[in-house]
Amino acid sequence: MREICASKITEVVRKLCIDANCYLPQDIKDRIIQCRKEESWGTAQEILDRIIENYEIADTVPQPICQDTGVACVFLEIGQDVHICGDLQEAVNEGVKQGYRDGYLRKSVVGDPLNRVNTGDNTPAMLYTEIVPGDSLKITVAPKGFGSENMSQIKMLRPSDGVEGVKAFVTKVVEEAGPNPCPPIVVGVGIGGTFDKAAYLAKKALMRSTDERNADPYYADLEQELLEKINALGIGPQGFGGKTTALCVNIEKFPTHIAGLPVAVNINCHVTRHKSEVL
Amino acid sequence: MAIKITAPLSREEARKLKSGDSVLISGVIYTARDAAHKRLCELADKGQELPLDIKDSIIYYVGPTPAKEGQAIGSAGPTTSYRMDAYSPTLIRLGETGMIGKGKRGPEVIAAMKEHGAVYFGAIGGCGALLSKCIKKAEVIAYDDLGAEAIRRLEVEDFPVVVVIDSEGNNLYEKGKADYLSSIK
Ligand code: SF4
Repeated sequence: MREICASKITEVVRKLCIDANCYLPQDIKDRIIQCRKEESWGTAQEILDRIIENYEIADTVPQPICQDTGVACVFLEIGQDVHICGDLQEAVNEGVKQGYRDGYLRKSVVGDPLNRVNTGDNTPAMLYTEIVPGDSLKITVAPKGFGSENMSQIKMLRPSDGVEGVKAFVTKVVEEAGPNPCPPIVVGVGIGGTFDKAAYLAKKALMRSTDERNADPYYADLEQELLEKINALGIGPQGFGGKTTALCVNIEKFPTHIAGLPVAVNINCHVTRHKSEVL
Repeated sequence: MAIKITAPLSREEARKLKSGDSVLISGVIYTARDAAHKRLCELADKGQELPLDIKDSIIYYVGPTPAKEGQAIGSAGPTTSYRMDAYSPTLIRLGETGMIGKGKRGPEVIAAMKEHGAVYFGAIGGCGALLSKCIKKAEVIAYDDLGAEAIRRLEVEDFPVVVVIDSEGNNLYEKGKADYLSSIK
């Protein structure tokens, strides 16, 4: 049994909140540059240039890439041989509080969904935990903006809808979102599981590097086909027209019930942020 | 070539701007998001005075990050505009001539823009670091309790936007997409 102190978790979460918000992941930068090269539409080229300029400024100052520094989605992969000394949830929230304060990040969380008073410190975090083999702890912080979160959808398809139904639904969600989620976007798709599991898979799909395809070749092909379909819609950067509507489509799948085919689409923007550290 | 305009913006000047125009705004603009819009409309309904000079005003839908030492403002890009759709017609009627945000607008807003002469500008969403460079001064003038959502008076210099919807209702989201798609046919 390995012991990890709660205070260590606070320290790491604090740092990951700040870094994730100021430094765009390299794979996203590479994708944006690649798409800029392949973009033929003038307005779209100009916008992509501005987007590149923006993350460069954020890198050098450093300052938040986007003013919506999001809710802090915190993913913990906890090794089953790890013992955490102290209160884990409290440790994560303390890290978020310190990170959002010390990093000059925006506090965007209300304490109650209907009575809407800002908590003032961006807590609580959205905490997701998985128990995995081993004795290490992987912490990922993914600040999630709501311009794109609000454009996400879930649907319980019928098994007979099949892969065509999945393609039609994913494309429809992106089309309906149009300019709202700050395209170019990253599309996370969760297929299978239950109602909630599909949504979780879609969110997890957004954590995967855009360089990495689904390990299953059938799903890797589907990711590519969906990307092409989405980029044929013509929405373009900021919705002003162009090829670059999406940077990437990532799919995660899970076994499901004989009677169902849940599909969730979690949209993220060109400011797709996540940063991890393994303890 | 970008068109340079000065804020406040008269109705007459607003009517000259056309969908698709690149515009650089200098002068004084205000910030407000949904919580502040709600309060402004409640005051207007009661016939009370607003905490900002609404006539000829441009309102920027933004909730910036806190400023660090030496900065006028933190990162400050646009938020999605449709959340303000319920309130914008009231403000347009009271004199607002420009709105800066991102994303689609509802028919009720476009109708008010056409009737009174107002424009909807798009700033690049997700470029808050870049856009903050064009904001030279920021001061909270109302609703401090709303934090990032407070109303601020901004002094901007060559703040880059595009006219998305003009006072005749022409819409770049529709035209840009259609033009691009016909160009690749
Ligand atoms: S959708 Fe993304 S890029 Fe756009 S404002 Fe929200 S966090 Fe920023």
